[in-house]
Amino acid sequence: MRDVAVIAFAQMPNVRAETVLNEVEMLMPVIRDVRGRAGLDQQQIGFTCSGSTDYLSGQAFSFVSTLDGVGPWPPIQESHVEMDGAWALYEAWVKLQLGDVDTALVYCYGKSAPGPLHEVLSRQLDPYHVAPLWPDAISLAALQARAMLDAGKAREEDFCEVAARSRRNAMNNPNAQLAWSVSEYDLINEEPLVDPLRKSDCPPTTDGASAVVLAAGDRARELCRRPAWIRGIDHRIEPMALGMRDLTVSASTRLAGTKAGATGTYDVAELHAPFSHQELILREALSLGDHGNVNPSGGALAANPVMVAGLTRIGEVAQRIMDGTATRGVAHATSGPCLQQNLVTVLEGDS
Amino acid sequence: MPDITLPASLDGVELVRSVRTPARMEYTYTAGVATTRFLKGLAQGKILGERAQGGKVYVPSRGADPQLGVPTTEQVDLPHVGTLVSFCVVNVAFYGQGMEIPYTSGLILLDGSDLPLMHLIQECPVEDVHIGMRVEAVWVDASDLGPTLESIRYFRPNGEPDVPVRQPGEGVTW
Repeated sequence: MRDVAVIAFAQMPNVRAETVLNEVEMLMPVIRDVRGRAGLDQQQIGFTCSGSTDYLSGQAFSFVSTLDGVGPWPPIQESHVEMDGAWALYEAWVKLQLGDVDTALVYCYGKSAPGPLHEVLSRQLDPYHVAPLWPDAISLAALQARAMLDAGKAREEDFCEVAARSRRNAMNNPNAQLAWSVSEYDLINEEPLVDPLRKSDCPPTTDGASAVVLAAGDRARELCRRPAWIRGIDHRIEPMALGMRDLTVSASTRLAGTKAGATGTYDVAELHAPFSHQELILREALSLGDHGNVNPSGGALAANPVMVAGLTRIGEVAQRIMDGTATRGVAHATSGPCLQQNLVTVLEGDS
Repeated sequence: MPDITLPASLDGVELVRSVRTPARMEYTYTAGVATTRFLKGLAQGKILGERAQGGKVYVPSRGADPQLGVPTTEQVDLPHVGTLVSFCVVNVAFYGQGMEIPYTSGLILLDGSDLPLMHLIQECPVEDVHIGMRVEAVWVDASDLGPTLESIRYFRPNGEPDVPVRQPGEGVTW
C-alpha cells in the first residue's frame, strides 16, 4: 500500500439556500482555495474526482458543466461519483494506490434547497414497494429513532444531549449554518416534529461545497508540513429493504471500521449523523463509548449539505491533524436512508 | 425464476407484470450570475456571450472559463447570425416533444463566439439543411420577449454563401 494523505481541505460557508450563484459559480472559490492551500495548479494534479447528484439540481449530467469550474483544459484525468464526496475521495485513494499519479483533487457540492429535499431523497428507495409511498427522510429517521427507544438502547434525553452539544460545538465553527446554545434540558420540552424526533434532532437544509487534495508518499511531505495520512479506509453497504436490517445498529459501519483499523484512541472523531439518534448508533458501531471529542465541528446537525457532509467530516479531522491540534482521528460518512451505507477512515499525523 | 405459490385468497388473480410509479418534483432553478445576464439579454432581444481571459467567447455561459476555472466577467453583444457547424434531423417522436417531426436541431456558431448554441433550424426543408450553412435568428414579437431562449423562435438560412466546414464542429476553436 502507498501512503496517501490529505494535504489540503477547503469548504464554503454552509448556507440555507444559495439563491444567486449556480453550482459552478458556487464551487469555483472552493476549488481555488483548496488548490491554493496545496500549492498546486490544475495541471499539476494527477486525478480529479467529484461527488454530486443530478437529483438535487434537477438536471441531467449537471456535474459536466460544473467541471468547467475546475479548468479542465488541457484535458485532465477525471471521474465522478453520484455519491457524497467521501466516496469520490475513496475512488481517488484507489487511483493513487495504482501508482501512476501522485496527487488528486476531490470535490463535491450539493444544493439541497432547489428541490423538495425530503421527496428528492425518497427517490433513492426501493422503486417498487417503498418509493411510491414517498416516505420523507425525517419520517424514516423517526422510525429508526423509535426502534432505538423501543429496544431500550436510548432515551429521548440522549437524543437531546446530542442535538444540544452539536449546536454548541458549532458555535466555534465559522462555516456552520446552525449554531446555538440551548441546554438539553430545555430541548426535551420541544414539541415532536415527527415523533419521537424534535426539530432539534433533525439536520438543517443546506447548500454547500467542500474539497480536499490528496497526495502520496514523498509528494505529500513536500507539499504539506504535516500531512494527514489515511491509515485505513473502507466502506460497506447494507440491504435496500429497511425491514431486512436491525435499524438500531449499524453493521456496515462496524465492519468498515474493523477493515479500516478503527480501534484504539482518537483525539477527534467526526461522524456523519444527520439525525441526533444516529450519533449514538455510530458511537456504538465504532466503539467510541463516551469519547469526549465527537463532532467538534457540530457535524451534520450544524450543516448538512447533501453529497458534501461526508467529505467535510474527513476534511474536519484532516484539518485538525494538519494544523497540529490532533494526531489521530476517525471520520465517517453515510449515504442512503437510516445509515444504509457507511465509510470509515482513520487519519494520523506524524508524531 | 422459482415457482411462486400464492395463498388461496389470491387464486385466479391476474399476476402483476408491471407497475407504474409516476414521480414529479418541482425545482427552483438558480440560473447564476452569468446565465442571468444571458437570459436578461434575451428579454431585450440581445444574445450576450461571456469573454474569458484567454479571449474565447462562450454563449450561453454558465459563468466559468473552462480553461482556467475562473469566472467570466466581460460581456459580448453577439451578432444574430452564424454558421451551422452540426445538426441532427429528429425523426423519432418522444414524450414532451412539442414539435412536428421531422425537424432539425442545430449547433450554431454565432459570428464572434467560440462555443456553438443549440437551437431549431426552420424555414428550410430538412433534406436541404447542411453543415456550413449560414443562418440567422428569428425572434418572437418584441412584446413577447422574455428571459428565455424561446425568445428566439428558431434560426433560418440567411442566403449568404456557405462557409467551408470540413468536419462537424469545425470553427469551434480552443
